Amino acid sequence: MSVDSTTGSTPAVGTSRVDTVTAAAATPEVEQPWADLGLRAEEYDRIRDILGRRPTSAELAMYSVMWSEHCSYKSSKVHLRRFGDATPAALANGSTTMLAGIGENAGVVDIGDGWAVTFKAESHNHPSYVEPYQGAATGVGGIIRDIIAMGARPVAVMDSLRFGAVDHPDTGRVVHGVVAGVGGYGNCIGLPNIGGEVYFDPSYQGNPLVNALCVGALRHEDLHLANATGLGNVIVLFGARTGGDGIGGVSVLASETFDVNADGTAGPSKRPAVQVGDPFREKLLIECCLELFHAGVVEGIQDLGGAGLSCATSELASAGDGGMRVALEKVPLRDPSLRPEEILMSESQERMMAVVRPDRLEEFLAITDRWEVESAVLGEVTDTGRLEITWHGETVVDVPPRTVAHEGPVYERPYARPDWLDARQADRAEDLPRAQDGAGLRGQLLQMLASPNLCSRAWVTDQYDRYVLGNTAMATPDDAGIVRIDERTGRGVALALDGNGRFAALDPYLGAQLALSEAYRNVGVSGAVPIAVTDCLNAGSPEEPGAMWQFAEVVRGLADATVELGTPVTGGNVSFYNSTGDTAIHPTPVVGVLGVLDDVDRRIPSGWSAAGQALYLLGTTRDELSGSAWAEVVHDHLGGLPPRVDLDAERLLAAVMLAASRDGLVDAAHDVSDGGLAQALVEGCLRHGVGARVWLEGLCQRDGVDLTAALFAESVARAVVAVPRSEEIRFTDVATARGLTHVRIGVTDDAGGPGGRPELEITDVGTFDLADLRTAHEATLPRIFG
Amino acid sequence: MRVGVVTFPGSLDDGDAARAVRLAGAEPVRLWHADTDLHGVDAVVLPGGFSYGDYLRAGAIARFAPVMTSVVEAARGGTPVLGICNGFQVLCESHLLPGALVRNDHQKFLCRDQRLRVESTTTAWTSGFEPGAEVVVPLKNGEGGFVADEATLDMLEGEGRVVFRYLGGNPNGSRRDIAGISDATGRVVGLMPHPEHAVERGYGPTTDGLTIFTSVVAGALAGVLA
Repeated sequence: MSVDSTTGSTPAVGTSRVDTVTAAAATPEVEQPWADLGLRAEEYDRIRDILGRRPTSAELAMYSVMWSEHCSYKSSKVHLRRFGDATPAALANGSTTMLAGIGENAGVVDIGDGWAVTFKAESHNHPSYVEPYQGAATGVGGIIRDIIAMGARPVAVMDSLRFGAVDHPDTGRVVHGVVAGVGGYGNCIGLPNIGGEVYFDPSYQGNPLVNALCVGALRHEDLHLANATGLGNVIVLFGARTGGDGIGGVSVLASETFDVNADGTAGPSKRPAVQVGDPFREKLLIECCLELFHAGVVEGIQDLGGAGLSCATSELASAGDGGMRVALEKVPLRDPSLRPEEILMSESQERMMAVVRPDRLEEFLAITDRWEVESAVLGEVTDTGRLEITWHGETVVDVPPRTVAHEGPVYERPYARPDWLDARQADRAEDLPRAQDGAGLRGQLLQMLASPNLCSRAWVTDQYDRYVLGNTAMATPDDAGIVRIDERTGRGVALALDGNGRFAALDPYLGAQLALSEAYRNVGVSGAVPIAVTDCLNAGSPEEPGAMWQFAEVVRGLADATVELGTPVTGGNVSFYNSTGDTAIHPTPVVGVLGVLDDVDRRIPSGWSAAGQALYLLGTTRDELSGSAWAEVVHDHLGGLPPRVDLDAERLLAAVMLAASRDGLVDAAHDVSDGGLAQALVEGCLRHGVGARVWLEGLCQRDGVDLTAALFAESVARAVVAVPRSEEIRFTDVATARGLTHVRIGVTDDAGGPGGRPELEITDVGTFDLADLRTAHEATLPRIFG
Repeated sequence: MRVGVVTFPGSLDDGDAARAVRLAGAEPVRLWHADTDLHGVDAVVLPGGFSYGDYLRAGAIARFAPVMTSVVEAARGGTPVLGICNGFQVLCESHLLPGALVRNDHQKFLCRDQRLRVESTTTAWTSGFEPGAEVVVPLKNGEGGFVADEATLDMLEGEGRVVFRYLGGNPNGSRRDIAGISDATGRVVGLMPHPEHAVERGYGPTTDGLTIFTSVVAGALAGVLA
């Protein structure tokens, strides 16, 4: 179904109205809409300097999208260097072998036996507020294409979602649309959704966060990096036709703060800048690309995402050794009235661009035909060092490609620690009133369990297919998602995606480290070896010094922690301008950690499955309540300093859990994080309906904390494990030998209550019927969202 | 024994169905939607997914795929055919099975571990179950509500053609809690839940689904021996 290159699919459009390079050189005085396209005066002047003339409309369109914050990282670049600088130390401090890193479509790491894994998280925040279903759906679709472009088969997705307050009238619109969009795309494309997170906080009211992660697997020899090399190789565009959707998505939508409308809402006027997704087309594209790679008929494949053809052509040409010439009228169009600059800016989904040797073109087209994927030969690799784009024979773009793709503006934005932070940090949650008796603690536990941020996520995750492909070994609500990669050996990967905006609001440096800590812990307690990191760094406006300082601190904190944990950052993205008017989100670094299991059979699930096992709390509990769920739910409070970061303790915990997994010493392990030990115990019980009897006196005495801290503190590097009686001595010997603090806090028990009903009994706090706990835990989201 | 697994554009669980066939001791044969040749298979599985994006109506386009002409012909000739989820929808659209599948009554996609009762053990795909057996297999669909007119429902009940029924709550508004049905011969079966996701320890809630696939293998073996 390739388009006839002599006639093209596009009806001839009169070229007289098209702004050519010749015309641009002859008419330097023409007023151009650079400001409407999101460019600043000095940026426009620089484009004129680079070209030695004014840009054509098409060139202006390309520069405007590629120099947007979203594509150029112009405000974050000077900070993001820290990740690259930290990588050698992180590699030296761990066991990771990186095959491709930051700068590629997605990072690639070795996982053993000749297998590699590529994974990346990306934000789609602004589109998901303006048009929640399509915004979220195309967020998933976009990150999947990044993974395909590396030559990998996508094997799973995850999503990290943050919404405004549950009781705000606009939240339901966004929640329903985003969840249906993530599910609609992922379910229809056939990738299991294996985990993620969902949070509600007023700070995200006008700026919800939709961060999607995709992981793919490939053999080492199948790794493909996209570049336009080889004089005479042809450039083929394939996949969906190009339409008028998503024009300016990366610039006017993603790289600007929302204005506040008179009615208090924001953004709907930007709806045409949101793309529209077609997961069925993308499913065909996956299979088609894998077959193209397998048949060896492509030199490289580049995905089209943000900035569409502008990005794909300039990045491919930049990465190559020569230049590229493209005939833009050969692009198959959904809307024949589109002009060259619109075609270059369109972010229509489900498109890819390939570099193909001329002698393999026939085979290439046979494969795209077999998958009913439309393709069109647009041009070829040249030796001019220029990116030249023509429109019906007239040159509309003639630029050095690196000036578009990589040599955009770089800003050293001014930043300053916000002056309100001292007062906020001094307002400690540890000083808030605490429950005075068991009944009070019992009430707080139930109140927290049912609260929007601690209640069951099943209302969301039950709308996602977690089973497709048949390799899912664990998924939400377990601590990490685990998928098998090699059916023969059972080799697989674990993934966790975590963030805590409240901690980062109190201290962004520590908040970033705590996000990494938690994701690392979730992977570690599942029995996997954590090896690599991806991130979505969500922040306010870089033009606001306070938000810029938060961002700089987030990067510094995360980079430092990756060195300590030996887990390099392999890729990720930055989302700025998450603010409406003067109101910004909490700085929210969302961190994904990838771990490896030699055999996923050895994974450790999060819920107890049998009675009579000993429950141990691993790690030290401190009187740390600031930023906690307890402070939020019981006191509606945000202040103080977040929990102390202890990365050595995280490494130790993960090492002991790995040993326990290899020797089969524990049946279940659940990390202690949001909501503290109380939440971990309830979740451990509810997973399979097995109760527990718990006493915390020994813990309180050893760590010098009261019951409030024992139950609700969110100290790091802790987990609850269920140990079969037969393994108890061996397990405690391992923990003792390694110097891991541990204390026996109870036993599992499946028939303790009246009539044999399972219960959770916590001495000096109270006894809870599991059925009541389940009701409290599971009813909240269905009650609010239906 | 050779069991064909059809891949339509947009089929998603075809690999899983092929794995289930293999674990049941048969040889999976991949069948392509555009190919009318069934390659001499002894049974056919139409897997789950979103064939052709399900943009018109689930299964409505797949029914016209060239391979379906051969599948319908083979089914009429007695070849066992199993339709899972989207495959069930295709069987209804092809009129190999009565009724239709409509959008879930709660309007949402639902993925959960679903308890079922095996109501008929006389079909080619359920002969290995104990009568009345209760099983748990994953359910995942957005358009899983089985509907038919009262006379058809009475006919299905009367002829023992309700093969699976939902237990522990109707997940999608299916009439009479029906999760799966058969044709009059018991050789063509369709169900919404996904037995192919419950065939391997550690990768699904149970291994209850494997019996569906071993049933048809055992039946073929018995046929050869007889």
